Amino acid sequence: MTTSQAVAIDVRNAVKRYGDFTALKKISLSIKDNEFFTLLGPSGCGKTTLLRMIAGFEDVTEGEIFLYGEEIEDLPPNKRPVNTVFQNYALFPHMTILDNVAFGLEMRGASKSDARTQAGEMLELVQLSQFSTRKPSQLSGGQQQRVALARALAPQPKVLLLDEPLSALDLKLRKAMQLELKHLQRETGITFIFVTHDQEEALTMSDRIAVMSAGEMQQLGAPTDIYERPHNMFVADFIGETNLLEVSVDGIAEGRAVCHLGGGHELTCNALDGINVGSKVHMSIRPERLFMSGEPEKDGSLHGRVKENIFVGTDISTIVELDDGPDFVVRTSNSDRGNKRIFEPGTEMFVNMELGAARLLVD
Amino acid sequence: MASKQFDIKTYGGFKGITLLCLVVLYAPLIVVTIYSFNASQSLTNWEGLSLRWYADVFSGPESAKFKEAAKNSFVIAIIAAVVSTSIATLAATGMVRGGKFKLRTLSFGLISLPLMVPEIVTAVATLIFFNSIGFDRGLMTIVLAHIAFCIPFAYLPISARMQGIEDSYEQAAQDLYATKRQAFTKILLPLMMPGIISGFLLAFIVSLDDFIITNFVKGAGVETLPTAIFGSVKQGMKPNIMAISTMLLGVSIVMVTISYFVSKSDNTK
Repeated sequence: MTTSQAVAIDVRNAVKRYGDFTALKKISLSIKDNEFFTLLGPSGCGKTTLLRMIAGFEDVTEGEIFLYGEEIEDLPPNKRPVNTVFQNYALFPHMTILDNVAFGLEMRGASKSDARTQAGEMLELVQLSQFSTRKPSQLSGGQQQRVALARALAPQPKVLLLDEPLSALDLKLRKAMQLELKHLQRETGITFIFVTHDQEEALTMSDRIAVMSAGEMQQLGAPTDIYERPHNMFVADFIGETNLLEVSVDGIAEGRAVCHLGGGHELTCNALDGINVGSKVHMSIRPERLFMSGEPEKDGSLHGRVKENIFVGTDISTIVELDDGPDFVVRTSNSDRGNKRIFEPGTEMFVNMELGAARLLVD
Repeated sequence: MASKQFDIKTYGGFKGITLLCLVVLYAPLIVVTIYSFNASQSLTNWEGLSLRWYADVFSGPESAKFKEAAKNSFVIAIIAAVVSTSIATLAATGMVRGGKFKLRTLSFGLISLPLMVPEIVTAVATLIFFNSIGFDRGLMTIVLAHIAFCIPFAYLPISARMQGIEDSYEQAAQDLYATKRQAFTKILLPLMMPGIISGFLLAFIVSLDDFIITNFVKGAGVETLPTAIFGSVKQGMKPNIMAISTMLLGVSIVMVTISYFVSKSDNTK
């Protein structure tokens, strides 16, 4: 993506208050044209509120929202060229599938026959043409989901808003829809803003992710940034599985910090701005970045014993207890069993990692 | 298959009580219905099957009175049902979609309270009201009184239906470029329709059957079917009363049945 890319949605200092409760605390973010953007966070973090503010269902207490340069926060929903896919789909139950998809086109002034022709093409795109005369209640959840998508895309909105649209589907269908959504976004070139609490879903689909918690933005970045370089405790803990440790900084030199884990164990990692010798900070190490060995590696090996091996399908999770120190989870891919060693419970071994696997976090 | 000796889902021994209740409820109606087909002048002696009392209603000495009363009853019931259903639809929309306003709970109670007030109290109050504003009693006073007391009856099924409609439908409509008015007419109103029809039929039947309030507010010489029947009975019971009652019963049953099926039927499937 180039830096000259147009900004689709620009949220500036948006605040949302319900009485005394502040749901959104001064959120600012820019969503680029043609981007698959995800708002990710636990329930109650304000992600849906922000989406509904962009759609026009919630008023903005303070701040502004721009859509391609036009200020929209005071416009009613029907005056905003954005469409929403609702969590419960909200298909009009008294209308046929075709009329549902044609609704937005008709309301925009298309003639009934034009609207129906275009709606028919939209249904073809989501492969539901044969159901056009049915009522929504006669369709399965996955089919209703695709109708909701077709209905929202039919009027060719500038931005498509998706409010946890996959949460009601079973795992297999959800995985298939994730890819379908991603392809649909590429084909149509419409900016997608996707709300989810499922971090795996967010990592799979998004160009960029905004991680939110308690009405604040915690980190904004590409999936790899968010996963591999979590900025703070919340992001490291919320995204994926990680070993979170409290460490004290023993020494800093040449951008490296030597950290004490307890029990005499020490680790070297990249230093963080603003930490001093003696300060207590949190550290995150992804389990798949660790590996075990019978003999210590050249530097940074931690001695301990295996407590338990847990089979999780593709991987094996090994819980390791360091001598007088914290527990670690080490993940070994099943396909790697030839190269990396799995130890039986009770076995003494060493835990190793590359420099950069351990990251210090802002609280 | 499993034996039926032990079924956790059913209670035994209630069949008899159910039957007894049904007999107590329906015995009087069945007796009236059967004797309306009696050939005899007598109310109680069975002398064979005949439609003479039905013929008497339409062409006997009292037929003019009954026809006029029936016409009044249906005109009043249709006007009262149309107007009260319209008001009730607006009231339900305001209550369920009006957002949070002060005294909302109180308003809910106040709309359905008239259902619990003894009808004689409503009748007296309505009469005093018309007298105090100097409104001449006649057909018009009956229509106005019926509109008023039918509103809560029409309101109940409409409001019940409306509370089951999620507001996300209207949000979706507005998201798809519909104005508020279009969202109401194209989405909310069609979804409310089963409740509205059910409310209309209920209001219609309540108006058609009303006696107490009608009797208080009607002008001299203006009769509805219930008051005409009452007037006839005062001059002595004749089997033609049973015939006309049976016909009124038939209309009621048809209306209630339609109302039931309409409220069950769903335009969403």
